[in-house]
Amino acid sequence: MTIISFAVALVGFVIFAPVLGCLLAGVDRIVSARLQGRVGPVLLQPYYDVRKLLAKENRSVNGYQEFYIVLSLAFAILSGVFFFAGGNFLLVLFVLTLSSLFFIIAAYSARSPYADAGAQREIIQIASYEPMTILLCVTFFMATNTFNVSEVFNRDLPLVATLPLVFAAFLFILTIKLRKSPFDLSYSHHAHQELVKGITTEMSGRTLALVEITHWYESILFMGWVALFFIWNTMLAIPVVIIAVLLIYFLEVFIDNTFARVKWQAMLFWSWTVTIICCLLNIIYLIVLGYLG
Amino acid sequence: MSSTIKSPWLIHYDASSCNGCDIEVLACLTPLYDVERFGIINTGNPKHADIFLVTGSVNERNIGVLQQIYSQMLEPKVVIACGICACSGGVFRDCYNNLGGVDVAIPVDIYAPGCAVRPQAIIDAVVAGLGVLEEKRAAFAATGGKLAEKPVLASGLSSANKIVDGVSVRDAAFTKAREASKALASVTDRQEGANND
Repeated sequence: MTIISFAVALVGFVIFAPVLGCLLAGVDRIVSARLQGRVGPVLLQPYYDVRKLLAKENRSVNGYQEFYIVLSLAFAILSGVFFFAGGNFLLVLFVLTLSSLFFIIAAYSARSPYADAGAQREIIQIASYEPMTILLCVTFFMATNTFNVSEVFNRDLPLVATLPLVFAAFLFILTIKLRKSPFDLSYSHHAHQELVKGITTEMSGRTLALVEITHWYESILFMGWVALFFIWNTMLAIPVVIIAVLLIYFLEVFIDNTFARVKWQAMLFWSWTVTIICCLLNIIYLIVLGYLG
Repeated sequence: MSSTIKSPWLIHYDASSCNGCDIEVLACLTPLYDVERFGIINTGNPKHADIFLVTGSVNERNIGVLQQIYSQMLEPKVVIACGICACSGGVFRDCYNNLGGVDVAIPVDIYAPGCAVRPQAIIDAVVAGLGVLEEKRAAFAATGGKLAEKPVLASGLSSANKIVDGVSVRDAAFTKAREASKALASVTDRQEGANND
């Protein structure tokens, strides 16, 4: 990662990620509505929502909740910049985890029972997907001998060919990361849930707008992770990546609309089971491949 | 046209009705009426909501809840009374425990009568409420982000609670309700006394 690639990624990610993330969220809502037999809102609905939230009265439960949310947004952006600059994958993960932690601290700072329960569930969600993100790093290193994301452009085959089971396990935890049902325990985009609005219950107006914008940045970052598996050293990779990302996002929306929310025990059990089995089998495959090759 | 009226988020509170209007509010979210077409979301959280839909009439048990929800909503906000009970007390108007419509507790912007109120009328009321919301937003923006009007206090004094002849409308309603309640109790006592004789 050079200074120039960092600067290009910084400008590009900061400007284009929220635009694309907003459009992705708009498509999500329209597709969800069509799956339920409804017409659904306009494409730019998430943008109007955020504009409205920014125009609302600025009142907060305490003086520092918004500060934590700003930090959460800042680290999510930094993580995305490191990723799209082709930087170190480990660094991307750690900075992103820091972003999630500040989000949880923001919820805890309100001292509200609903926000507290939402924050606790968010911690369980992190506990569910964190082993997978670490194993993603490990298997990425085993396959490419580097932690640098830019290495995928030098490969003769897309990463999904050598890490198919890791990709499958990654899709499993992607549902948690994107806050989709059946794993939207801490905070759902859909109407009512038993915890009012879970982790965002005490956030309102400008603070809630920042949470939405953070979500747009994160969505694009995670779609970047999906793209990581489909890039190799030809121009053919461009249409393949676009089609793969759109298909995977549609799959996530489809799962969101067809599954009921599970309890946290089931989420923890299944995400660890899928992660450990898939990653172990894939690691064995990589070792065998190493001896043969 | 601002983004405010393109994304009205609702909170619905069922004060004390027969649940008829309650069901009709939920019917608006179904594929047949699909209020999300207009960007409307049923949030269930007063801190996220712009429009407060109330069904049912006000009594002494829920007047505090209504005011609490209203005071937690951020400006600009609009209140819609859905159904005749929320508008005026409806068939429960003369009950001993009934204080009247929603406007005895909090200021109401739009009245949508009906028993039960039809989903079409609710959608019409919300669309009419958007006009009020836009006016309030403009007034709110003009004050530079300060409060356009004072929030409702715990004592229940709001702009709808006018002072008439030195007595607040709400206190008068309470007094009337208590007297009616006492009168009813004394009638019952007398009847029971007569039975004992």
